[in-house]
Amino acid sequence: MTIKSLEQQFQDRIDAGERIEAKDWMPEKYRKTHIRQISQHAHSEIVGMLPEGNWITRAPSLRRKVGLLAKVQDEAGHGLYLYSAAETLGISRDELFDQLHTGKAKYSSIFNYPTLTWADIGAIGWLVDGAAIINQVMLTRTSYGPYARAMVRICKEESFHQRQGYEIMLGLSKGTPEQKEMAQDALNRFWWPSLMMFGPRDEESPNTEQSVKWKIKRKTNDELRQEFVDITVPQAEILGLTIPDPDLKWNEERGHYDFGEIDWDEFWQVVKGNGPCNKERLGARVKAWDEGAWVREAAIAYSDRRSRSQGDEASRNQGVSAAV
Amino acid sequence: MNKEWPLYEVFIRSKNGLEHRHVGSLHAADDQMALENARDVYTRRQEGVSIWVVESSQITASNPENQGELFEPAADKVYRHPTFYNLPDEVDHM
Repeated sequence: MTIKSLEQQFQDRIDAGERIEAKDWMPEKYRKTHIRQISQHAHSEIVGMLPEGNWITRAPSLRRKVGLLAKVQDEAGHGLYLYSAAETLGISRDELFDQLHTGKAKYSSIFNYPTLTWADIGAIGWLVDGAAIINQVMLTRTSYGPYARAMVRICKEESFHQRQGYEIMLGLSKGTPEQKEMAQDALNRFWWPSLMMFGPRDEESPNTEQSVKWKIKRKTNDELRQEFVDITVPQAEILGLTIPDPDLKWNEERGHYDFGEIDWDEFWQVVKGNGPCNKERLGARVKAWDEGAWVREAAIAYSDRRSRSQGDEASRNQGVSAAV
Repeated sequence: MNKEWPLYEVFIRSKNGLEHRHVGSLHAADDQMALENARDVYTRRQEGVSIWVVESSQITASNPENQGELFEPAADKVYRHPTFYNLPDEVDHM
């Protein structure tokens, strides 16, 4: 059987709507693309804890504090589900971390923006998690089984995140003029970076065609971005906040909102590492990893010692029964 | 020598896309035999596309007697659920 026919068989399975599982044959590029995409997603969950963690100690009430704490815990859990899914493809956890820490692997650029005020926590839950949900709902039907199953689990937990954020925005926008202004300012700063989360325009996204063919993605970046805008605009209206885009308007003919041009220079700058917080975020991850090394080593040393002493006990017991 | 074959736990994936689920257990002399026995015992009617077997002694299980305190930490955290957050009806599908 030639390689070509294997690839054709693989494509036939995909076309028939079959899911691919870890031990199935798959083209090397399918495997590599998934390792890249799933690990990038995992890294985003982990790095995403940093801007929000920044506000846990300064949350304005206990209610807000426990909500945010639970959300950040969830992000850690989501990162773990995804790292495990990536490992089914034959890459180790240490390799994945190494790729993040050396800057070889990317994470979502949105987390390279700072959280300057409490309202940013609301904006992140509402907009950033809202954008993530649109992408993740699509990914529950992705062709690779372990990734799809991780997504189902994540999507179930994600709704609370967005509601938590929206409730914060609601509180602020119905509050004092200063609070409303704070909410508007957060929306102003997070709107465009949220639209950028869907990635480059379709015509500038070289991987899209293959990804759609392999059903890694079932919608293009631009389709997902449009979906997000259509869902989010009415939510901003309920808040009484203004989306910072003068070109935003309902297009009766298309049945969608038209919106203005994204600043793609900014997008590429941040992707390339020149965003406001790239160095800080990566620095925090590397520091946590390095300073946690002794904990990992101590746990292994303890485990080794315990299995040695259990081994000794087992051989002593054997000696007893032999003696009897 | 009269040695009982070890017990194995059997997990079946009914079709691609779904996780392996525990279906039961069986005895076998080694891993390979466990796999073959699992096929014969649990998939006679095409119940699966993939089988996992693992020796039961290799599974670390929580103790049902400790169930209360093990899961207690999640019991008082209503704020981990979407319904804890009050939203206007217009956005309630969020």
